[in-house]
Amino acid sequence: MKFDKINRRSFIKSSAVAGAGLALPTIFTSSARAYLNEPKGSTVKLGFNVPQTGPYAAEGMDELRAQQLAVEHLNGEGDGGMMNTFSSKTLKGNGILGKKVEFVSGDTQTKSDAARASARSMIEKDGVVMINGGSSSGVAVAVQGLCQEAGIIFMAGLTHSNDTTGKDRKANGFRHFFDAYMSGAALAPVLAKAYGTDRKFYMLTSDYTWGWTQADSMKTFLEEKGWDMIKDVRTPVGAGDFSSYITPVLQSGADVLILNHYGGDMINSLTQSVQFGLRDKQANGKNFEIVVPLYSELMAEGAGDNIKGVYGSMNWNWQLDNPGTKAFVKSFGEKYGAPPSNSAQTCYVQTLLYADAVERAGTFDPCGVVAALEENTGSIAGIDSPSNKGFMFDGMGTGKTMYRSADHQCFKDVLVMKGKESPTNKYDILEIVETTPVSNVWYEPDNEMFGGKDASLGKCNSGA
Amino acid sequence: MDAIILQILNGLDKGSAYALIALGLTLIFGTLGVVNFAHGALFMIGAFCAVTLQKLMGLSFEQVDPTQKDFLGNPLKVQVPYVESWFGHDIGAAIIDWSVPLAILLAIPVMVAIGFAMERGLIKHFYKRSHAEQILVTFGLAIVMQEVIKYFFGANPIQTGAPEAFTGSFDFGALLGFSPDVIIYPYWRMVYFLFAVLVIGAVFVFLQFTTFGMVVRAGMVDRDTVSLLGININRRFTIMFAIAAVVAGVAGVMYAPILSPSFHMGMDFLVLSFVVVVVGGMGSLPGAVLAGFVLGILQSFASMNEVKAIIPGIDQIIIYLVAIVILLTRPRGLLGRKGVMED
Repeated sequence: MKFDKINRRSFIKSSAVAGAGLALPTIFTSSARAYLNEPKGSTVKLGFNVPQTGPYAAEGMDELRAQQLAVEHLNGEGDGGMMNTFSSKTLKGNGILGKKVEFVSGDTQTKSDAARASARSMIEKDGVVMINGGSSSGVAVAVQGLCQEAGIIFMAGLTHSNDTTGKDRKANGFRHFFDAYMSGAALAPVLAKAYGTDRKFYMLTSDYTWGWTQADSMKTFLEEKGWDMIKDVRTPVGAGDFSSYITPVLQSGADVLILNHYGGDMINSLTQSVQFGLRDKQANGKNFEIVVPLYSELMAEGAGDNIKGVYGSMNWNWQLDNPGTKAFVKSFGEKYGAPPSNSAQTCYVQTLLYADAVERAGTFDPCGVVAALEENTGSIAGIDSPSNKGFMFDGMGTGKTMYRSADHQCFKDVLVMKGKESPTNKYDILEIVETTPVSNVWYEPDNEMFGGKDASLGKCNSGA
Repeated sequence: MDAIILQILNGLDKGSAYALIALGLTLIFGTLGVVNFAHGALFMIGAFCAVTLQKLMGLSFEQVDPTQKDFLGNPLKVQVPYVESWFGHDIGAAIIDWSVPLAILLAIPVMVAIGFAMERGLIKHFYKRSHAEQILVTFGLAIVMQEVIKYFFGANPIQTGAPEAFTGSFDFGALLGFSPDVIIYPYWRMVYFLFAVLVIGAVFVFLQFTTFGMVVRAGMVDRDTVSLLGININRRFTIMFAIAAVVAGVAGVMYAPILSPSFHMGMDFLVLSFVVVVVGGMGSLPGAVLAGFVLGILQSFASMNEVKAIIPGIDQIIIYLVAIVILLTRPRGLLGRKGVMED
C-alpha cells in the first residue's frame, strides 16, 4: 500500500522539490546528468563508516578523529593540515565545490553485515555522496560491493587484503592503504637479513579474506628466501584466548611465529605468546622470533612491552621526516593530544583526495570522480610497465604516490618497522627500520594473487 | 605425550573459569530454582573490578619533565600516580603492580551488594514464574549491565596485567624429564587454577561442614519441609545468591590478566557455562565442577592440529557436540539427580 506512506510532511517536501525543479531554467536541468544523492543545498554530506565496537574498534575511533579533522580543514577551520602541502592546489578551505562539508558516522562493529547495514542507512537515509573509512578487509569488500551497486564512491580505509583491489576490485572503490603482497615483499628481505635464510616458520592466521591473503603473501615471499613453513593455522576473529593455538607452536619445530592478526586479536595473541615464553625460547639452536606483518601504533601501545624487537610493516608513520607528515602530525596532535595512527592518516588523506577529485571533476557525480582519480598525471620512476600510470600526487606524507588507474590501488614506499628495544617515552615505541622503495613492492594488475586475468573493475555506477 | 600434557594444562585454566561460573549457576538454580542468565555478566563485572582498581591506582597528576621531549617537541609531561607520591615510589609501584589480586578485596563487597540488589530487587518477583520468563528477565538484565560497562569503559579489551612476579612462565617439561622449552605454562594460569581449586573447596566445605550449609542443603532437597520447621529458608537462599555472585566476581577478577576484559566477555562464557551445567547435571554441584574441567580440557584437545586435521573446525563445536552426546546417552547429565527440572 504505497499511499500509506504519503503524509503531509513528505507531500510538502516533494512538491517543494518538484516546484524548485520546475522553476529552474531548463539549461541546468537538461545538461547535468542525474546521479544518486546529488547535493542540492549549500552542504554536502560524507559518510564515515568505521568500527566503533569489536576487535578493531580502537583503529576505528582514530579514523573517526582524523576524518573530523579533515572535514574541519576542508571547511577552512583549523590550520589546514596537509592541504598546505598537497601538490594539487584545488582545495581552498571553502568546502567542496563551495558546499560546506557535513558528515555522518556509522558503526561497522567489525562485522560485514553490520557494516553493510550502516552504509545502506547512510546512503538511503542520510543521502551521503561517498563512504570513507573502515577497518577489516571483510568489511571493506562487503561495503565496496554495496557502494558499487548503489552508485556512490567508496574510499576503503584500513584494508590490507589483496582481494580489496584484487579479485574484488570495483570501479567505484579506491584504496589508499597498502596490501598484504606489499607487506610480504617488503618484510621478507629484512627478515632474511636479520634472522638468516635457514628458518622454519609457523603462522596463526585470522580466518577471513585479509588473513588468507596475508598468509599467502608471507609464505610466497619467505619461501623465496629459503624459509620453510611448518604450518598455517586459522583462528576465528575475536577468539580472545589464543592459548590453545599457541601451545602447539612450542613443539612444532618452528623457530619463528608469524601472527597474521590485527587490532585486539593481535594484542591478545602477542601478549599470550609472550606469556607462554616464546620470546625467551630457543629452537633449532636459534632464538625464537615473533613477527607481526601488519603493525599499527594503537596495537603497539596496547601490547606494551611485548612489542619490543618485533618486526612488522606499515603504510605510514608519524615519525617520517617530510612536510606533509609534519603538518598532519601537528594539527592532529594539537587537537587530540596524541600522534595519529597510520589508519588515521589513511582516512584523512582519502577525504582530502576525494574532495580534490570532486574539485577537479567539477561535479560530485561518482563517474566524474572516478575519472578524476584515474586521470593519468604521471608514472612512478624506475618501473617499466604499461600499467604504470595513474593519478600522481605528493605532499601527503608518503612522498610521490600514485593511484593506479588499472586497479585503483595506491602505490607508495612501504615502511618496515620494529618495536623499540628501549623506549624513552610512551610515544617512542616503534622505529622505522627501512623504507622499502615502491619499485620493490610493485606488481602487475593481473598478478595471480590479485585475481589474475579475470579481475576487472567493471563500469562506474552513478546510481541513477 | 608432551603435547597431551600441555593441552591438559591448557584446559585447566579455561576449565577453572567454566567450573567457577557453573558452580555459581548451579548454586542459584539448586537453591532458588532460578535459571540466571545474568551470571556471565557478574563474571564480567568482577573482571572490571580489577580494571577499575588498576585505573584508580594509576590515577596520576602531570609533572613536566624538561629533559624529555614529546612527539611535537614540547617538554614531556610525565604522569606520576598519586599512590606513588603518597607511599613513596617503591611501595606505590608495588601496590599498582599487585592491583589485580588486591581487586578481590574490592570485588567481594561489590559483588555482595550487586547480588543482594539483584535478588531482592528483581529475581525475587520471578520465583513463581516459568523458567522461560526467568531466562528472559535475567538475559535482559545482563544486556543492561553490559551496556553500562560499555558506556563507562568503552568497547575495547583493556589490558590488565598480573603482578610482575607472575608474568613469566614455568618450564614443566624440565621438571618431568622432557626436553626443556617444550612444556611451558604461564605462572598466572597456574595461580588461577590453584585459586579455583581453593574457591571450589571453600564452597564445598561451607556447604558440607557448617550448620548454615546443612540447612541450605536441606532446603535444596525439600524447601517446604525446612520452612515448616520454622527456618527462614528464603533469607538463607538470598545469602547463597550473594555467595554465588561473589564466586563469579572473584573468578572474573583473577581471569583479567589471562583475557583482557571487555564488556562482552560475560556472554562468551555464559553460553558455555550453561552447557557445562547441563552436561554436569542440573542442580549437581560436583557435576558442574567436573564438567567444567572436562569440557575445558576437551576444548583444548580439539584445538590440536592433529585433531583438526581429522575434523576441521572441531575446536569451535566440540563443547556442543559433547553436550548432544551426553544428553542423548545420559539425559540427566553426568551427575544429575532424579527429579530436577523434570516436573
